[in-house]
This record gives sequence, C-alpha cells and structure tokens, in this order.
Amino acid sequence: MVNIIWTLFIACGIIYSIFTNNVEVVNNTIMESSKTSLDMIMQIFPVLALWMGLMNIAEKSKLLDKFSNLISPVLTKLFPEVPRGHESLSYIASNIIANVFGLGSAATPFGLKAMDSLQKLNKKKDTASRSMITFLIINTSGVTLVPTTIISMRMMYKSVNPTSILLACIIGTACSTIGGIFVDRIFTKWYHH
Amino acid sequence: MWIEYLQSGIIIKYISNLIIPVIVLLIILYGIRKKVPVYDTFLEGSKDSVGMIMSLFPTFLAMILGVNILINSGFLSFLLGFFKPLFSTLNIPLEILPLAAIRPISGSASLAILNSIYDTHGPDSFVGLLASVMQGSTDTTLYVITLYFGSVGIKKIRYALWAGLCADLIGIIASIIITNILF
Repeated sequence: MVNIIWTLFIACGIIYSIFTNNVEVVNNTIMESSKTSLDMIMQIFPVLALWMGLMNIAEKSKLLDKFSNLISPVLTKLFPEVPRGHESLSYIASNIIANVFGLGSAATPFGLKAMDSLQKLNKKKDTASRSMITFLIINTSGVTLVPTTIISMRMMYKSVNPTSILLACIIGTACSTIGGIFVDRIFTKWYHH
Repeated sequence: MWIEYLQSGIIIKYISNLIIPVIVLLIILYGIRKKVPVYDTFLEGSKDSVGMIMSLFPTFLAMILGVNILINSGFLSFLLGFFKPLFSTLNIPLEILPLAAIRPISGSASLAILNSIYDTHGPDSFVGLLASVMQGSTDTTLYVITLYFGSVGIKKIRYALWAGLCADLIGIIASIIITNILF
C-alpha cells in the first residue's frame, strides 16, 4: 500500500507540474529533498543520542517499570496481546507520559524503543502487529496537555492571550485520541473477522 | 481556577524550564541508588542511537521526496479546490482548508501555513484560534508512521494509515466544533 501511495504522490505531482508549467519548482524539490531529509535527521540525532543514554539508565534501574505501573490498568486493556510486565509496556507508558507533558523530544526515543520491543513480540517481521498500530494511533492523535510550539508561535505574533487555546486543545486532543482508539478497535474487528 | 494560572503564561514557562533538569536529575540519582554504573550505561544507550539514525535516513528521504513533490507542484492545492463549496456551505472559513489537509502529511509545511495564518489574520482572530486548536489537536500521522515503522523495518502497515487519518479527521472536526463553542 505504501508503494501505491508513494507512487501516486510523486506521479501526480510531476505530471501536474508539467501541465501547469511548474516543472522548475519540482526539479528543485527533487534535488533538495535529500538535503532536507538530512537536515531533519540531524535535528533528531542529537536528541535521540541524549535521551537514549538517559533512558538506558532509567531502564537498568527499573525506573521505567515504575512508570508503566502507574497506567498499567489502561495499558493492559489497550494492548491485550502484550504479556504483562513486558518491557514494551514501560516504554509505551513513558512515551505517553512524556507526550502528555509536552516533552516531544523525550517522547520520540521512548516511542522508538517501544516499537523495537513490540517488534520482538511480532510474528511477521515485515507486517505491523495490532499492538503496533494501536500504539501508533495514540501517538498520531497528538496527546498533549501543553502545546508549547503553538503557544510560542502565538507569542511571536503578539497574541493578547497566547495560552487562551489551552483548554480547547486539551479537549480536541482528548477527542482525537479517544476517537482514534475507537476507530482502531473497529478496524481491528474488521480485519480479524 | 488553575486554567487562569496556566493562562498567565509565567508559570508555564517556569515549569517547562524545570521539567527536563528535574527528570535528568531523577533518572541519574535513581540509577545510583539502584547501583547502576550510570556513566557506562549512558554511553551504551547513546551508542544505540547511531544505528537507529542510519536506518531512518532512507525512510525519511523517501517520505520527504514524495510529500514535497505533492505539495510544491501545486497538485494538493488543486485537489483542495474541489472541497471549497463543501466548506462554504458548512460555514467553515476557507483559509483553514490547506492546514486541515496538510496537517497529517507534513509537520513543517503545516507550521508554515499556521505562520501565514497568524501573519495575515492575527493569532486572536477566529481563523487564528481555529488554526491553533487544529494544530494542537492532531499530529503528523505520515511522519509518525514513517518514523516508527521505518525504525523497525515494517513494510506492510495494514490499516495503520487509514486508522491514523480517521483519528486526524475526528481531531479536525472536533477542533472546528470546539472553537465554535468556546470562542
């Protein structure tokens, strides 16, 4: 499926640009895409190196397990296939907690570690498992209490009240997360019958 | 009452400055207490990030190539044109359309759109507020899928994309309703 979407993105874009006489822009886009992605990777790399170091300490000292105990009743419901006490639950818990408090940079390494340990449970290594998709949906719905980027951008544009959107964002996030989990459950049922 | 405190902004800034140092301190002190060789353990964990980054680069490149061609060629804006009548009948400001469409695909592009909305309409206008809430209620689904599945070599993503996009759609609709009620 990724193959088809990727082809559609590129083919539609290039063909459209030829018809609208916009090829120069697309030409530059293709040439620069490699550098753009390297820039992105270089932004993530230092963050990842830092947090994976700290995370390793937290893991070896069993601090992560304490986090997962905090929200384990919810986690066992959301991830019925993951055995209780499995390491991935600690990573998932830490990822969710970091996201909720707006620590996006810390949340990503936790999320990658969570995926890595979910992959160990996965029977078909090239295919996403049910738990992986559930975890992904929780992440894509953008669980956060304090959207720091938006608040700082609102400050930059001299908003009278930069944080006035807080409550609305919290409700919105709650809607998309709960809705996302609901959708995920429907898709799961549909796929396994 | 706590929301007024939060809205004053000062406390948020103080707390957000405090969170990371406290977490770092907590992790290291707890490790020492549990007799973990913290320095060596840090190095060992940090080293793992190199391999992860190496495996992520090709996936990122492929995604950026596809998404940027789609957006920069103008094809996406062309497609959005078809949705304009629907938006005007539902009484939703048209300016929000590009943001709603690009938010799940590209994080940097959606921030650029948010920037231009703040610039032309102001962050406290209805469109500005709606854009803020929309940006805050969802995340870049395609980016998250690329990052998380790419890091472990998942090729068949099954229903992940559709479920993720459905969650985004729920977030977008919710933010329109919430902004209408609250502001």
